[in-house]
Amino acid sequence: MLSLRNSRWQRRTDFIFRILTVLCASVIAFVLVLIIYELFVNSGPSFKKFGLRFLVSSIWNPVTGEFGALSSIFGTIVSTIIAMALAVPLAIVTALFLTELVSPAISKLVGIGIELLAAVPSIIYGMWGLFVFAPFMSNHIQPALARWFGFLPLFSGPPMGIGMLTAGIILALMVVPFICAVTRDVFLMVPSVIKESAFGMGATTWEVTSKVTIRYGLQGIIGACFLGLGRAIGETMAVTFVIGNDHNISASLFSAGNSIASTLANEFSEASDPLYLSSLVELGLTLFLITIVIQSLAWVWLRRMKRKMRVTL
Amino acid sequence: MIKIVIKGLLVGLIMAISGLLGEVGFAQSKTLNGAGATFPYPIYSQWAYQYNQITGVKINYQSIGSGGGIAQIKAKTVDFGASDAPLTVEDLKAEGLTQFPLIIGGVVIVVNLSDIKPGQLKLTPELLANIFLGKITKWNDPAIAKVNPGLKLANKDITVVHRADGSGTTWLFTNYLDKVSPEWHTKVGTDKSVAWPVGLGGKGNEGVAGYVQQINGAIGYVEFAYALQNKMTYTLLQNRAGKFVSPSIESFSAAAGNADWKNAPGFYHVLTDQPGDDSWPITGASFIIIHKEQPDAEHGREMLKFFSWCLRNGAEEAKKLQYVPLPKNLVELVEASWKAEVKSGGKPVWN
Amino acid sequence: MKDRSLFIRHSVNFGIKVISSLSAVLTLFMLGWILYVVASRGLGAFHLDFFLKLPTPPGVPGGGIANAIIGTALITLLATLIGVPVGILAGIYLAEYGLDSRASNAVRFLANILMGTPSIIIGVFVYTILVMRMGNFSGYAGAIALGIIILPVVARTTEDMLRLVPNSMRESALALGAPRWKVILGIVFRSAKAGLVTGVLLAIARVSGETAPLLFTALNSPYWVKSLNEPVANLTVTIFNYAMSPYADWKEKAWGASLLIMFGVLVVSILARWFFREKRV
Repeated sequence: MLSLRNSRWQRRTDFIFRILTVLCASVIAFVLVLIIYELFVNSGPSFKKFGLRFLVSSIWNPVTGEFGALSSIFGTIVSTIIAMALAVPLAIVTALFLTELVSPAISKLVGIGIELLAAVPSIIYGMWGLFVFAPFMSNHIQPALARWFGFLPLFSGPPMGIGMLTAGIILALMVVPFICAVTRDVFLMVPSVIKESAFGMGATTWEVTSKVTIRYGLQGIIGACFLGLGRAIGETMAVTFVIGNDHNISASLFSAGNSIASTLANEFSEASDPLYLSSLVELGLTLFLITIVIQSLAWVWLRRMKRKMRVTL
Repeated sequence: MIKIVIKGLLVGLIMAISGLLGEVGFAQSKTLNGAGATFPYPIYSQWAYQYNQITGVKINYQSIGSGGGIAQIKAKTVDFGASDAPLTVEDLKAEGLTQFPLIIGGVVIVVNLSDIKPGQLKLTPELLANIFLGKITKWNDPAIAKVNPGLKLANKDITVVHRADGSGTTWLFTNYLDKVSPEWHTKVGTDKSVAWPVGLGGKGNEGVAGYVQQINGAIGYVEFAYALQNKMTYTLLQNRAGKFVSPSIESFSAAAGNADWKNAPGFYHVLTDQPGDDSWPITGASFIIIHKEQPDAEHGREMLKFFSWCLRNGAEEAKKLQYVPLPKNLVELVEASWKAEVKSGGKPVWN
Repeated sequence: MKDRSLFIRHSVNFGIKVISSLSAVLTLFMLGWILYVVASRGLGAFHLDFFLKLPTPPGVPGGGIANAIIGTALITLLATLIGVPVGILAGIYLAEYGLDSRASNAVRFLANILMGTPSIIIGVFVYTILVMRMGNFSGYAGAIALGIIILPVVARTTEDMLRLVPNSMRESALALGAPRWKVILGIVFRSAKAGLVTGVLLAIARVSGETAPLLFTALNSPYWVKSLNEPVANLTVTIFNYAMSPYADWKEKAWGASLLIMFGVLVVSILARWFFREKRV
């Protein structure tokens, strides 16, 4: 195979391959730019009418034509925060469990089960959430939280079972399989020679994991988190079943709310008035804005982390 | 080596499949595609199925919502659209469309109260409006007790449940409230999606039914079939004639029968709050919308033949699924409108 | 290593092990709960008719989802063919050629955003540029919509996995005179194989459960799939319709179809992992 190939042939095939990869990478950019362009164009009427007021008003009235995204933005952010705060630690720790604490056979079996859960249609998560989990929340979890932490405004209000907290938990469950599966693979890809040298120096399992494995695979783990974040922020069906769909803002996690994606899913097919449609499109654009902000913040944070940990990749 | 063979077989299989499914200019009859309201989905799919058994003609109806139906027929991606909310005459004219009612049904009020059985609780229009406006917040409110002497109503919070998604059912319900409550008219209004003063939003009739069944003290509105299938506690409602009626095919029919369709251009007529002792106040027709100018005369004819079959032969199935078939005189009016409105290249499609 | 007492280090280690085991068990329990509910409510729908017959209206017994199974399989297959190769090549660009350059940072940024796009926006987008232009709903549009969802997921996981391969491997291969693309496809891929397969399987798993994009592109149909250039029956929209209906038998079919999707993904996953397993040299 590695005979003396014509170096011209080598350079040419390398060139073609590289162009191919560049093309494919630009497809991503192209598609996204096209989507944002379409959204921009179609949100024109709404932007013209409301301007920046759109982002701070929580009125959502299709009859009078008054639209404000605040309650949806609030709901998206809160439910995503709950979801990620629960999912990331759980997923990483579960991946750790699967790679370090159980035999490879069990790990593979459980791994398949977790991937399976990524395939559950989101509407099933919604139905499970509404018919199975919400009663459980309202009968057991929420009263317990109210009893112990009820002095906090976070846990006030009647325990209906549906609401922001339940939506966040369901999102966390939807996101965990993604983060866990990818993190597990990241952990498995850490060259054993590195881990073994640390063990050889007398480090405990946790020390090896935190100081070696995670540091080596940090980029991959962050990538996995973004995968999960993408799902959490854009999830529609599961959220709309359990979040209560109320266009208002409340400090309590027990109350109903709504999210950008769920509002879009609920109202898009039925909106026939041009201003209404345009406001919904602008709502979608707002979601992109939020994703961009989160991404930029994460990128800045990652830069600083890398410098602090002096990771070389 | 084996890998190469397998890869080759896979590629071959894919090419075969895509060749099989490619557009090779089928000489078979085309499928008639329709989309729209969820309200009549069960009966439309039943009719399509039966018609296909009898004639072999395929009709594909998908429930994507009334708004979706209107949008798709305007975009000409389907042959017919279906909507619970009729288009106005101006809108029809502007888009070159014509519409007609195909089926009638009712929206009912359901509650979740222990010890209250279906058909026990009585509500007046004012009570209903005030509950949904958030002015009455507890079940043992004297206003409710006044109308329901003898019923033991607990000191429970009323949790209002409405639709989260835009819907023709909401349109019908708010249309009714708009008619009977001046305060609702000024504060909220009518639309497929409104700014509800209070309450939670469930996704679809199923979501509303789910929330109501889940929360003690909840009240919501759903299509009749959902109340029946889920064995929910529906209420009586006082109609325009002052009588408390129970939702049923008879009371829906009564409301439809007393309607004046002749003087409704474009069949724009809403059946809420109809006169008559037995009329159910929240009754509504579901409409079919098609283009006045049919590009393919034969295709258009097949479509109208299907609708004619539904109007003339579909009554039994409709009643089985708790819908109300159109009364005879309305059927004649509808078919007359086809003759007058639906053309292809200048010539009427239906005769 | 910090100079801490051995006892403390071991207790911390033990404590973490306990917490991690408990958390893992909790997570797995919750996930198992969902699996159990889907299975218990869906198995009742599994009989021969379910797999072989066309759907029937409510009240008519014996209907099935055979056409939806075929439709979903075709659309998903096509979407995979569209999204996976492009995604893998894009991931290769990010990991091997672009690295930390401005262009690849931009692409990575954009890929993350695309991953976070609600699937309904992608569905509406494809509707606007394809369905409206073509004048009809089609399975092709559905496949493209799903392909767009698959694309960034595969690209990013590919990149992350490839980056974990130590540079020493690339350098030794290049030093032997192999062309760049052979190094990437032959050697780097081989070490990252498992991770790459995971990424692709996750993407396929995710789109198998997507409803909103298909609702605006492939719509649905109660008839057999004769052409992909018209509304095509598919499992997810069928599940949506059935789940939102008031009929108990339809709802049971919805659960059953979901169970079927899970089985399907399981089978694909097992086959893929077996096919791409580490073979004994």
